[in-house]
Parts: sequence; structure tokens; C-alpha cells
Amino acid sequence: MAITGILSRERAEDRTLGTEHPENAPLSIDDMTVAYHHKPVLWDIEYDAPEKKLIGIIGPNGAGKSTLIKSVLDLVPRASGRVLIYGHPYAQQRHLVGYVPQRESVDWDFPVTALDVVTMGRYAKIGWCRPVTRTHREAARNAMDRVGMADYASRQISQLSGGQQQRIFLARALVQDAQLYFMDEPFSGVDAATEKAIITLLQDLLANGKTVLCVHHDLQTVPEYFDEVVLLNMRIVAAGPTRDVFTPEMLQKTYGGKLTLLDEAGHALARARRR
Amino acid sequence: MDWTVLDTWIIVSGILAAVSCALLGNFLILRKMSMMGDAISHAVLPGLAVAFLITGSRASMTMFLGAAIVGVLTAVFTQWISHFGQVEESASMGVVFTSLFAIGLIIIVRGANAVDLDPGCVLYGAIELAPLNTVQLGGAEIPRSALALGAVLLINTLFVVFFFKELRISAFDPELATTLGFSARLMHYMLMTLVAVTTVACFESVGSILVIAMLIVPGAAAHLLTDRLITMVLISVAIAVVCAVGGHLLAITGPGWIGFSDMSTNTAGMMAVVAGALFTLALFGAPRYGLVSRWLHLWTLRISILREDILGVLYRVEEHPDASNVEVSSVLLGNAIGAGALDIRVAVCQLLRGGQLKRQGTHFRITGSGREKARGLVRAHRLWENYLVEHLHLAADHIHPTAEQLEHITDTAMQDQLVQDTRQPDRDPHGRDIPPALD
Repeated sequence: MAITGILSRERAEDRTLGTEHPENAPLSIDDMTVAYHHKPVLWDIEYDAPEKKLIGIIGPNGAGKSTLIKSVLDLVPRASGRVLIYGHPYAQQRHLVGYVPQRESVDWDFPVTALDVVTMGRYAKIGWCRPVTRTHREAARNAMDRVGMADYASRQISQLSGGQQQRIFLARALVQDAQLYFMDEPFSGVDAATEKAIITLLQDLLANGKTVLCVHHDLQTVPEYFDEVVLLNMRIVAAGPTRDVFTPEMLQKTYGGKLTLLDEAGHALARARRR
Repeated sequence: MDWTVLDTWIIVSGILAAVSCALLGNFLILRKMSMMGDAISHAVLPGLAVAFLITGSRASMTMFLGAAIVGVLTAVFTQWISHFGQVEESASMGVVFTSLFAIGLIIIVRGANAVDLDPGCVLYGAIELAPLNTVQLGGAEIPRSALALGAVLLINTLFVVFFFKELRISAFDPELATTLGFSARLMHYMLMTLVAVTTVACFESVGSILVIAMLIVPGAAAHLLTDRLITMVLISVAIAVVCAVGGHLLAITGPGWIGFSDMSTNTAGMMAVVAGALFTLALFGAPRYGLVSRWLHLWTLRISILREDILGVLYRVEEHPDASNVEVSSVLLGNAIGAGALDIRVAVCQLLRGGQLKRQGTHFRITGSGREKARGLVRAHRLWENYLVEHLHLAADHIHPTAEQLEHITDTAMQDQLVQDTRQPDRDPHGRDIPPALD
């Protein structure tokens, strides 16, 4: 009894002594660990997302970026820890949260039109067993208009380009009308025009008081796109305002050897070009 | 052919069974778990056996219950094994349903010798005998199996109609469905339960092989024919009906066609034959995804490229100092471009009709409009050659094939971009003039 008692007391003290979690942060993760088949993927995640910010989640492949989002959304079970959305568990706050999965996660040959897919964002509002009505389709059309896809409403989704598919996913998130958005690599594999459209849209969301967390790969564009970053490599290496956290030393810590190798390759390429 | 009430009931049972299966099959296919129907239809055997051992009767309700429980267990076990054993879902499905099937056989052999479970009956069903076992309902005599199948069809129809939106989202994007509060797992198990119940209801009349065929084939064929989920479901229902009606008609008339006029064959088997034929038809003839339409699409693309190539060859011939002495016949064109005589003839015909080419005896010349079109192509080709040499550092004798492909997809805007990105916009790496842009 003694040892476990001491341990549990210590843990309890730890918690009270640990970082104070702000009352109503959009997202508040407390001591979260996630494991796949007993292999930990995320360790001791402590994080409070500031309100009304564009937040980039940055880290190397396999750092657990998508897993972080999925475990917050209860799609992947947590081994330990607690997640609060605006002060309450996710199950009670679904209506406040929008999710944009990776584009590759669905079958684009599925027999649905672009409008059908966008309308899915309204399903929670419609509720179980109730049919989709014209009002909901109208809302979906408006969202498609906002992402510049109004003309593609009746297209089957496999006939859209990668960038257009991504815009459809964003429109679907828009009609969810959430306060907090999680987006898994919305910029991956899109054309320049779509990238610009997406970032305009994100800033638009921000101006409307939303908070957006975005898994992002392109380090070049991080300072330009995001107010805040979370540097992740199984643990949170650093989190905070981009200008404080997005530094070469921190990136080095996050990417470890991988970045050094990339750096070297970059330098070598530059030298070769100059020759 | 003597049509009797029996024939009507056989067709009605066939339709009820086929449509029940087809409705659910659409969603199995879209969830990429077509084999789940196969698995469950085998795995329900121990459920049936245990239900019989416990209650000692073959009453439909207990059988349904046993089947439903084992059907869900199949789905659960499959999930577990693939999760904990870290194996592919299809592999764990294979392990689960063969094991359950074997357990079912053991139970039957060891414990339930009294059960008249005929393997042939399980595989092929006995749709011809089913109408003989009737019950009285509101004064009419209705086959017991038709009643059970009717109930199952009603349940399945209600399920698909009321949960249409939920089925669609959980099949398309299970993660989003779950985050929106429509648990994809719940939908999965609901679907599996109904597949199990449907399978058992259909066993008696159409047999397990046809259950598998009707779960998969109508939906798979419908998927080839349309881009809308609602349409897909409706088409699959229509195909199921055609299979049942056509299957029975073939069964009673088919043997006559090949000389056995006083015999008829198995309806369930013929339903599968019709299903197979309809699927083949869809595979070849579907408007967008059919093999014929895909082949036609590729062929028209090839001809349109060939038309451009012909114009390009003739333009280059004209550039030559002694152009007036060169006569280009269709054989020469075929050799220069490396295309078949038929394709060349079709492309030339189209060009002649479009006024871009004119015939002079056995050889061809380009007209004004043809020359303009060709000039754009040759210009794009040579600009690309410049670009490839300058930016990708390719040797001048390696660039022709790539430029040959790119020229067909280069519009004037891209040409302008190429002019900006290359140093000498009027001469290609081989020293030939690049024709000026069209105004």
C-alpha cells in the first residue's frame, strides 16, 4: 500500500503543482499519453491552446501530429490523460469542433457529389434519421461559394483536382459552423491558387473569432501562416508564439538528425547550383 | 410452359431474398468489405446449431436470434484479431469465419444429429420447395419463407431509408461520422446484424452461395453504372429483381433450349447466372466506367493527338527548302509518326472534313487553317526543347520525345511563360527557327 499510496499522492501533488490550466481554453490537454499496441506514440502531452489564433502543429514524420488530433477527437483511445474543449469533455462539445481529415483518408471514387460531401458537415445539426432538407443544402452551397467551388456542386468527387477536393473538405468544415477547427495537412498536395484560397479562408475564420489548429509540413511558410506553433516529436518540444518558438535551435531539437541531413542536402544543392 | 401458383411464389420469394441482400450489399461494397457477407453467411452456422440445441426447435425467431448474435460476434472477432494480432482485416476475417464454420459443423455432428441439415440445401437452397410449406394469413395461404423474407425486406428497407444519411457518411468518412456523433462503429454493427439476419432468412430459399452473389453482384454492377448513391441503391434493387425473374424463367425454359424439354433446373443457380451476365454487361457497357467507354475515350484521345502529329509533320515538310518536290502519302505519314494505317486513315478523314488538310492525288497538303494550328504546335515543341536544355540540362538529342508529348498540352499562355523562361525565344537547340506566335 505504502508505495502505491506515495506514488499516487505524488502524482496528485504533481498535478496541483503543475501548469495551471486556463478555465475556458478552446483546447486543454492534461498529461496525455497515447499508445498503439503498447508502443507509445505521444508522451506526457500538456498543452493549452490560446483562443482566436492560427496554430500550426509542426514535427517530423511519425511525430504523432495526426494522432494528437485524433486522440483529442476520441478517434484514437488515450492511454492516460484528460482533454477538455472549452472546459468540458469532447463528447459534450462536439458541436463546437470542426475536423478536416487528411485528403487521402477517404475513397474519392465514392458515389457522391461535391455538394453531398459538403452537406455532410450539417449532419450533426440535422440529427439521426432526419432527411437533408433544402435549407441544409442551401447552407452547403453558400460554403462552396466561399471556397470558390460553387460551379462544381453536382460533380462526382473523383472528377475534382486535388486542390478542389481539399476545398470541398474545407467547405464541409465551414458548414459545421464550429468554434475550434482541427485540420490535418490542408495544404498538402494543393496548387498555389488553392493554398492562397485556404490561407485567406483561415484568416477569415480567425477574424470571426475561431481557433484553428493545423498540421503543417512546409517549414518555409510557418512564420507567414501561423501565429502560434506547437513543435511536436512524440513529446511537445515547445509551444507558443511563432516568433518565440519557431527558432533554429528549437527546430533542431524537434527534427533532430533529420533536419541536419536536410540542411546539408540543401546546402549541397545550393553549392551545386552556384557552380 | 405451365405457369402455376408455385412459379409465382418462387419468383416472389426470389425477389424478396435478392432485394433484401442487394440493399445491404451496396454498403458492404462501399465500405470495401464485400467479403464480410461471405464470412457472416458461413459463420452463422454455430449460431443456428446452438439456437437449435438450446430450444430444440427450428422456429424462425430463435434461429434469427442465434444468427444475429454470431453475425455480430464475427464482426467483433474480426476487429479484435486484426487489431491485437496486427494483421490485415481480410486475413483476420478468414480466420474467424472458417473457425466459426468448423465449430458449427462440430456442434451439429456431435450434438445435434437429429437436425436435418443437408449441406446441399445450405449451399443451393430449396426455393422450389419453399412455397409448399405454407401458413394461413388473413384467409390467404402464404408460404412461410415468403413471410419471413418479406419481414426481412421490410426491415432492411426501413433501415436503408431511415439511416440513409448515416450509412452514407459512415461509409464515406467514418472518422468524420464519428466526430459528428454518428458512431461509425455502431453503424457497422447494425449493418452486420442485418446482414446476418438476412443471410439466415435467405438460406432456406436461395442458399448461401446465392446470398453471397446477391449481396455483392447487384451493388457492384450498380456502382459501375452511376455516380449517385441513391441511384446506385435503386439500380441494385432493379438488378436484383431482374435476377430473380430472369433466373426462374431461365430455370424452367433453359433446359428446353438445349434439348431437355421435360426438365427444369435450379432457380437459385440460374439467378446467379443472370447476375453474372448482368455484371459482365455493366463491366463492358457502363457509360463512364465500362471497359468499352474507357477504350473509346483512349482511342479518341489517340486520334486527336495523331491529327496534331500529322499537321506537325506536314508543317515541317513545308519548312524544308525543296518542299515542293516532297509528296506525303498516308503510308509515309504512318511511317513518320509510327501509327497504324487505320488510325491514320481516320485522323486524315477528320482533318479533311475539318478543312485543315487537302488531298492532291495520293498525297496531302495543309491548308491555311491547318498551317496555323501546326505552327502553334511546332512553336510549343521547340520552345519546350529550349526549356528542357536550359533548365533540366538535357542533351539536345534526348529532348525530342518529351517535347513531342508536351506540345499537345501547351496553350498560348504556357507558350508565353516558356518564352519568358528561356534565353532565345526564336531558335531551338537544333538551330531551327521557332515560328512566331499566332496573333
